[in-house]
Amino acid sequence: MLAVLLGVAWLLWSGFFKPLLLALGAFSCVLVLIVSYRMHLFDTDFFALRLMSRLIRYWAWLAREVVRSSMEVTRVVLSRRLPISPTVAEFDAHCEHPVDRAILGNSITLTPGTLTLSIDGQRFVVHALTEKGARDIMDGEMDRRVSQLRSR
Amino acid sequence: MGMFQDIVSWILLTGGGFFVLVGGIGVLRMPNLYTRMHAASVTDTMGAALVLGGIMVQAGPSLAAIKLAAILLFLLITSPTSSYALAHSALLAGIQPDAGRAADPEDHP
Amino acid sequence: MYYAVAAATLVTMALALIRALRGPTVYDRVLSVNMFGTKTVLLLSVIAFLGGRPDFLDLALAYALINFIGVLAVLEFFKSRAARRSAERSRGEAG
Repeated sequence: MLAVLLGVAWLLWSGFFKPLLLALGAFSCVLVLIVSYRMHLFDTDFFALRLMSRLIRYWAWLAREVVRSSMEVTRVVLSRRLPISPTVAEFDAHCEHPVDRAILGNSITLTPGTLTLSIDGQRFVVHALTEKGARDIMDGEMDRRVSQLRSR
Repeated sequence: MGMFQDIVSWILLTGGGFFVLVGGIGVLRMPNLYTRMHAASVTDTMGAALVLGGIMVQAGPSLAAIKLAAILLFLLITSPTSSYALAHSALLAGIQPDAGRAADPEDHP
Repeated sequence: MYYAVAAATLVTMALALIRALRGPTVYDRVLSVNMFGTKTVLLLSVIAFLGGRPDFLDLALAYALINFIGVLAVLEFFKSRAARRSAERSRGEAG
């Protein structure tokens, strides 16, 4: 699956079809496959196709969330008094799998206004620009959605 | 179609430029490191997505649009990773986020 | 229209540079340099369409890769330096 992806990417990028370039492309694809096999990338079935539809639905939700909180941060930045109330929130996440925790941490950081400070086991420390943002994170809706992502 | 395409990409590009500018102002105005990072993340997500989306609409379905989508995907995956690394190493270096704490012990649903 | 977006990006890059010059801690500077790099990627993509030269998109992609790896490397360096310093300080207090 990854091999097909890499091959298509190479063909798209170069756009040349000379034998030497094709051979180089095949060589680099094989190299990436070997390295990712040695990194144990295939132990977690992250590339499974059946997750893709759920992943796309999650991304749509995340995009809506990003737009909403961008508006919030923009309002804060442009107002004259700079009404910030920085808050540090700590909570225990539901997701146990390392991939889930990485997705959750990155989603929190990707959303403007909230920022993952540290992840220790299932304990997340999150810095929020306003107190409202911290309360939104503590509601745990993002946590719930991420842990549903991989459940069968 | 050409007219419609122009209007959509015009709106996207204007919005992107606006958010990029807001992020720049925020980085200059915010009082400490962690709050500045919030302002920077606005430009990384909304700014980049809108600007690249606007150019993508202008490009139409072509090789350039695929490349732009790849750039956007790459930016959206790497920017939280590098800002997490930044926040974590600032925290390890002992820069305190002076803020109120809101911790919930066990009663998380 | 492209000119307006390019101008906004350039202004933001200038603001990030001001923050990099003023920034009280090293991490502020790293933050603004990271932002500067992201804005460079955006500016390169805009320029690619401004001048009608799609090759610039490849440059933008390569710049995004280099920026990410560079920021991570710099942060790793500062992290190990901070760890070494705090170890030296605690040894000094003990001895």
